[in-house]
Amino acid sequence: MSLFDWFADRQKNAPTVRVTQEQEEGDGLWSKCPECSLVVYRKDLVANASVCKGCGHHNRIDSPERIALIADPGSFEPMDTGLSPTDPLAFKDRRSYADRIRDSQQSTGLLDAVVTGICRTSGLPLALGVMDFRFMGGSMGSVVGEKLTRLIETATARRIPVLIVCASGGARMQEGMLSLMQMAKISGALERHRQAELLYLPLLTYPTTGGVTASFAMLGDLILAEPKALIGFAGRRVIEQTLREKLPEGFQTAEYLRDHGFVDAIVDRTEFKATLASLLTMHGCRETVPA
Amino acid sequence: MARRALLEFEKPLVELEEQIEQIRQLARDSEVDVSQQLLQLETLATRRRKDIFDALTPSQKIQVARHPQRPSTLDYIQVITDEWLELHGDRRGSDDRALVGGVGRIGEQGVVLLGHQKGRDTKENVARNFGMASPGGYRKAMRLMEHADRFRLPILSFIDTPGAYAGVLAEEQGQGEAIAVNLREMFRLRVPILATVIGEGGSGGALGIGVADRLLMFEHSVYTVASPEACASILWRDAGKASTAAEALKITGPDLLKLGIVDLVLPEPSGGNHSAPLQAAETLKSALLEQLSELQGLSESQLIEQRYAKFRRMGRVLDSESPIASPSS
Ligand SMILES: [Zn+2]
Repeated sequence: MSLFDWFADRQKNAPTVRVTQEQEEGDGLWSKCPECSLVVYRKDLVANASVCKGCGHHNRIDSPERIALIADPGSFEPMDTGLSPTDPLAFKDRRSYADRIRDSQQSTGLLDAVVTGICRTSGLPLALGVMDFRFMGGSMGSVVGEKLTRLIETATARRIPVLIVCASGGARMQEGMLSLMQMAKISGALERHRQAELLYLPLLTYPTTGGVTASFAMLGDLILAEPKALIGFAGRRVIEQTLREKLPEGFQTAEYLRDHGFVDAIVDRTEFKATLASLLTMHGCRETVPA
Repeated sequence: MARRALLEFEKPLVELEEQIEQIRQLARDSEVDVSQQLLQLETLATRRRKDIFDALTPSQKIQVARHPQRPSTLDYIQVITDEWLELHGDRRGSDDRALVGGVGRIGEQGVVLLGHQKGRDTKENVARNFGMASPGGYRKAMRLMEHADRFRLPILSFIDTPGAYAGVLAEEQGQGEAIAVNLREMFRLRVPILATVIGEGGSGGALGIGVADRLLMFEHSVYTVASPEACASILWRDAGKASTAAEALKITGPDLLKLGIVDLVLPEPSGGNHSAPLQAAETLKSALLEQLSELQGLSESQLIEQRYAKFRRMGRVLDSESPIASPSS
């Protein structure tokens, strides 16, 4: 048994280990839960869908990790992998948009903030779109809009359901009004998918805000969310400024939205794939798509 | 006539207008013939005003677009229609006064009209929530648009909002959901939809009644993805950079025409729509009727197909597999 495995084994069986600040700044093999401070072997955390075993905290995950959790191994066929952003407004704030794009592309290995493709999940066909928060906060510009629209159009043509995993701060301001119009474009594609009586499920994760909330995030036949995910239209600071008072307890969490009637169910990430399979089956999805 | 609120860049005109007024006074009080001087000065004032308004920067246009005396949705509806009846309520428990609408008639043509409504003064603005609609407002708009679809009445929508209302109650009532549903459903409607940005178009709150077959915009109106103030504080970390942000965001009619967002930019009277509201309303009315007659030549399925295709083209991406900037550029 290697030392790593020994640690892993020990971690699984061990009672909660709480550590000091020193140990936290380790070599990246260990991970400390930001909520309950439980320290676990990183590999174990990933094996548990990056959900803390101590408190159930859902750590943010990137698009490859999300796809691995939903798509059957080897089944994901990516679409439109060559689409990359342009800088239509030649936008520059403190830094140029072109530089921001290049940095995000280098650090993530992605061309923009969404990965789309067709896959199987528990054997069932699915059009899957996964937003990646690492790429400029998952902001929605022309590429995100175009890729999601093409995904939905493909799903409509193939008569298969769509799942979009939302993680976004909203519109990408650096693309100006072109970015806002992506909200309409995607909603239009969803209208056609809906007319074809096909199932659309958004999964809202931390965070789902702004223009994404005011478009495809809220248009699901069923709307699913991860525990404690931040979901809202307006930013908390904006609301606090207008209100000049403290926000209610749990404001803009997945649970808050469920209690006000805007989220159907909160699904733990470790159970998501099984829940998805049940829902797809209940709605008549089968392994072979009717011709 | 009530003295109109002066904008900073209009100040050079003030001195000239005062001179004109003094000469008029002189003419009334004495027998001196001043018509020649008066004509000269008035010509000069007209030219100066035109020069100023022709060269407005984006942030100056925002000031014109937000001018308290700029004609509002209700002002335009009064002039455009031969008769109309305001309708109230979302049928779910609220009637948002920040988003108004009703049925009307222009000649023989029945129409549904709706739009954001700002107030003229502080008191009215409080009642209208400064034109920031609540979820109930967007649901009222949707209900009126469903009505239009059912009776095949064209929809005339007027955009004039700093943005959808941001508040605890708005979040609880599903601001995001209300706007999202409008975006989707507007693609389904079988009647022509004409939207006009009459003042400021702020983000999703504007788009929530803006999925149209034709988008018109007045010369000094603006349409933004986020308010330049918010954009400046987020991207520049400095709210004072709002005018720089306004420049960078490309929010004016000519810019949005180039980007393929807006279909038609309507000229304003020299000095802006607030200086000649009736003229502005006539410009709008004839543009709307012209666009409407074009759209009425289409079948319902053509109309829906063209609306989808119009939005489908929006965006600029680079496709390395077919390296042509597509689809619209
Ligand atoms: Zn924990």
